[in-house]
Amino acid sequence: MAEKGIYTKREDGRAFTDVRPMTAKVGIVPSADGSASFSTGKTKAIAVVRGPRTLHPQHMQNAQTGILRVSYGMMPFSCGDRIRPGPNRRSEEIGKVTEWALSSVVDLSGFPNTVVDVFVQIPQADAGTRVAGINAAALALAHAGIPMKEMVSAIGVGKIDKTLVVDLDKFEDSEFHDAEGSTDIPIVLTSRTKEIALLQLDGKISVQEFKDVIELGKVACDDILKVQMDALKNAGGKDNE
Amino acid sequence: MVKEKRQIVVPGETIVSGNEFLPGDGAYRDGEEVVANRYGIANIFEKHVRVVPVSGAYYPVRGNTIIGTIVDITFNGWLIDFGGAQNAFLPVAEVPRYVNKNEMAEFLNFGETVIVKVWDVKSRGVDVSMKMRGYGKVEGGMILSVGSNQVPRIIGREGSMVKLIKSATGCDVTVGQNGKVWIAGKSTDDEVNAKKIVEFIADNVLVSGLTESVEGLIKEMGLKGDVEVVAEDTDKE
Repeated sequence: MAEKGIYTKREDGRAFTDVRPMTAKVGIVPSADGSASFSTGKTKAIAVVRGPRTLHPQHMQNAQTGILRVSYGMMPFSCGDRIRPGPNRRSEEIGKVTEWALSSVVDLSGFPNTVVDVFVQIPQADAGTRVAGINAAALALAHAGIPMKEMVSAIGVGKIDKTLVVDLDKFEDSEFHDAEGSTDIPIVLTSRTKEIALLQLDGKISVQEFKDVIELGKVACDDILKVQMDALKNAGGKDNE
Repeated sequence: MVKEKRQIVVPGETIVSGNEFLPGDGAYRDGEEVVANRYGIANIFEKHVRVVPVSGAYYPVRGNTIIGTIVDITFNGWLIDFGGAQNAFLPVAEVPRYVNKNEMAEFLNFGETVIVKVWDVKSRGVDVSMKMRGYGKVEGGMILSVGSNQVPRIIGREGSMVKLIKSATGCDVTVGQNGKVWIAGKSTDDEVNAKKIVEFIADNVLVSGLTESVEGLIKEMGLKGDVEVVAEDTDKE
């Protein structure tokens, strides 16, 4: 980077391109068709998949393909202030973008008039909940045996003052207001074709920096994909033994 | 049959490379490569590549036995809910006796449970039949729900496990591939015993040498010891 900003060291001692320690597990909810948990650092997400099943009300059915329906929610005590339970503007929006990101890989053409429900819940939040939710949802969909062209991995990349950083935590994401402040860019990348399935921007960034952010995101997504693959392969071995 | 190495694949993962391979269920072709589009175990048999699911919802396959509930009566058949994506359709012509179309509820009414065979699977639904022996309306006994992925273990290799339960408890046990098990015996005690054994198997699908543990459980429960010698259960179904 050409000029050095005031953000020279991260609070938790990570390198700027490091992702927080990740864990992933599938099959956490036995009664569901598919389920998974995913966490980076203090951010935790759980996802549950039910379906394909007949969609009601009937007027929402699509005779050509099944549809994907995602709901996202943060639990009341998942972060500092209590969040009023139930849907709100933010959770509806994140549910919708998650749905769009996952729709690009999920193929439900074999199940017309049905719905596949994905429920994402955030028990503990430390920024990057939508990407953790998408990582968990992708795992849960795979675990439910839903046909998917490929997997997706998601990461939040951002800019703190003039420094590009990977996997922002809550301080970096919403409490850093000095100098140029903070910018947050969630990226969802497909595993095989490396296409971008979701790209959002919260803040300001130059075109060149934006290109660098996407490159950083691609590298980080490879690491995340490894964690996701491990979770699925190890659970599969257990399931089948 | 050639025993293949069992490889767990993740959607988007290349299973094998080469134009001579044919993608089957759960796989698709991308250029030279055959890629998984479902999570499961890759199975390559004579250039034919399939992915067999290991988890998730039940997908009916032709020839499966399923146990379901009547949820609707149409002018020419019954709709059966069996826990799949769509309801199964049982036409009047596929029941073993003549049914007057005006009195279809006399034969099978709402909420009644049936054992049927999957005749045809289309993306729009499943057609079933109950014309063969062993299929029909369920009367008496109890229905148990287990996961559809645990069914192969409950049946055992060539039905060995089911035979074991039947001989130990004297109950009639029918296992539906959709994860429903029907148990009917002379007394409720027999049925409860059979239920305990089935639940034990469902909880221990991952254990190897399951037949021995089940035999142990049967002895422990003080049931008749006339346990037939069955094939060793070291391998997966």
